[in-house]
Amino acid sequence: MSLKNNILDLRKRKEKAQLGGGEKAIQKQVAMGKLTARERILAIVDEDSFCEYDLFVEHQGREFGMDKKVLQGDGVVIGTGTIYGEPICIYAQDFTVAGGSLGLMHARKITKIMDHALKLRVPLIGINDSGGARIQEGVDSLAGYGEIFFRNTLASGVIPQLSVILGPCAGGAVYSPALTDFVFVVNNISKMFITGPGVIKSVLGEEISMEELGGAKVHSEINGNAHFYAETENECFEQIKKLVTFIPWSCDKKAKSFPAKPPKPEYKIEEVVPEDPTIPYDIRDCIKCIADDSDFFEIQKDFAGNIVIGFGRINGETIGFVANQPLVLAGVLDCDSSDKAARFIRFCDAFNIPILTLEDMPGYLPGVDQEHAGVIRHGAKVLYAYSEATVPKITVIIRKAYGGGYIAMNSRHLRADFMYALPTAEIAVMGPQGAANIIFRKEIAGAEDPEAMRVEKVQEYKDKFANPYVAASKGYIDSVIEPEEIRKVLIHSFEVSKGKVASMPKKKHGIPPF
Amino acid sequence: MCTEDYSEIIVHDCTYKTKLTTNYKNRKKWEAKNPNHIIVTLPGTIRKIEVEIGQKVEAGEELLILEAMKMLNKIVAPKSGTIKKINIEVDQAVPKDYIMIELED
Repeated sequence: MSLKNNILDLRKRKEKAQLGGGEKAIQKQVAMGKLTARERILAIVDEDSFCEYDLFVEHQGREFGMDKKVLQGDGVVIGTGTIYGEPICIYAQDFTVAGGSLGLMHARKITKIMDHALKLRVPLIGINDSGGARIQEGVDSLAGYGEIFFRNTLASGVIPQLSVILGPCAGGAVYSPALTDFVFVVNNISKMFITGPGVIKSVLGEEISMEELGGAKVHSEINGNAHFYAETENECFEQIKKLVTFIPWSCDKKAKSFPAKPPKPEYKIEEVVPEDPTIPYDIRDCIKCIADDSDFFEIQKDFAGNIVIGFGRINGETIGFVANQPLVLAGVLDCDSSDKAARFIRFCDAFNIPILTLEDMPGYLPGVDQEHAGVIRHGAKVLYAYSEATVPKITVIIRKAYGGGYIAMNSRHLRADFMYALPTAEIAVMGPQGAANIIFRKEIAGAEDPEAMRVEKVQEYKDKFANPYVAASKGYIDSVIEPEEIRKVLIHSFEVSKGKVASMPKKKHGIPPF
Repeated sequence: MCTEDYSEIIVHDCTYKTKLTTNYKNRKKWEAKNPNHIIVTLPGTIRKIEVEIGQKVEAGEELLILEAMKMLNKIVAPKSGTIKKINIEVDQAVPKDYIMIELED
């Protein structure tokens, strides 16, 4: 064979392999409103930047007639590419090939690209679209999942790991996304569950659709498994690309700096925050008063809205924002919001992203459901995550900082580097009403007009304690600042914190209240 | 300030106007459990009933076999008492929280 013929032969082989499960299967994929595995990768990475590996890998199944079947690329596409010029490793399961089912070689391709990502110290993006284990390959397929989960765990905190759910991801397969840092879902396309509607019906007699059981909305609103929700695959790809701009390649690097931009002039903190601490406002408007170009990239937007987390930039540098949201559940901490914040804080700490905490919260959510759901154990995660974080961490108390919430929201006592408060801040052991009812119980009960006495005593407590100056007098607050100064002060504080050195006692690892 | 409808929640005697999360809206109100009710904790199918109405049982005595999660689970009396009512039959599929047997002291 001449060289030319060799090249033509290669091209033919490639073309055939790249067709995956063939025209019919592709048509089915399209009919489900889905892109193919390769189309997805090409939509995410920079033009002409994708390099594919293991295109000619064949499956190893020999039982149940599998030896006679050809599965192109064994149902998964792997490779490297760039996003806005930054390198990434990526894999995409190909549902057109045997339903994207995971057999030994399919798993080996995935673990190969995972090993690359870990070795090259670049982010890993996994696109999941698979019917699950390839049953014909038996325990080999289980072994494959185990090898993936193990690598997810090894890579955790070393390189950012993104999971994109663009089809079914059921049974054991869900644990790879669950072990990664960010999970992306798309309405009507993502389906994620441990046991499907069929099993649930036969075992429990409960009838539920796939969408209601494990659709995109369930994971983004109810259980918090997902971090980003999109209406279309393309919207999802834009979210992935945007996220990558905020995070570093690995724990050894810092996120890329961008040219600094001032916030948009329409965002002014003094116009956003109402003075009365019982009146709600949207804390995201506050963030937009601080972040470069008022650009805030929110994570888990629809889950536990009482805390807001996400990335923005201050003076061109990525900052992780953690903020109580008075607009939702008055900004209380509860089980869900604690989990949400704690995990984000740990991500920021692992990847050298400084944390800004904006505080305005009345305390923990009261209720039997909360106590029984373990708000003690969940709430403890926030304390743990903040205490353990050694990246620069700064807090601004906007209004309320009451009780345990004051301690938990990155207080000086958990080693905040800088603590600021606006003059509207109220730092106290609890809100004035509750405190007055306890401290002045006797006076109120014994008064001729208990209601009038209560109002008087609440005011007395407010005058004495509902301000930032008691805490400032003890050095717990470094500076009481005017709203207008916030951004300037924060730029300075993060700037001087750049060389921060803080270490933890020597240990194998801590034992966070998981 | 937006003029949308807000709900109220109370923390430390102070009432805050605010919006609610899906999970907060869907939370279950807590109710005290009746110690005389033998309820289903794991949904499944009744395979055997070992007691009759009027029968006296001791704490720990086997009441029935419930097949669930591929196991034949022994359900025992949590306390001593008399069987007042039996709401199940053999081979009946039972959902979570269903009251299978009622005891009386």
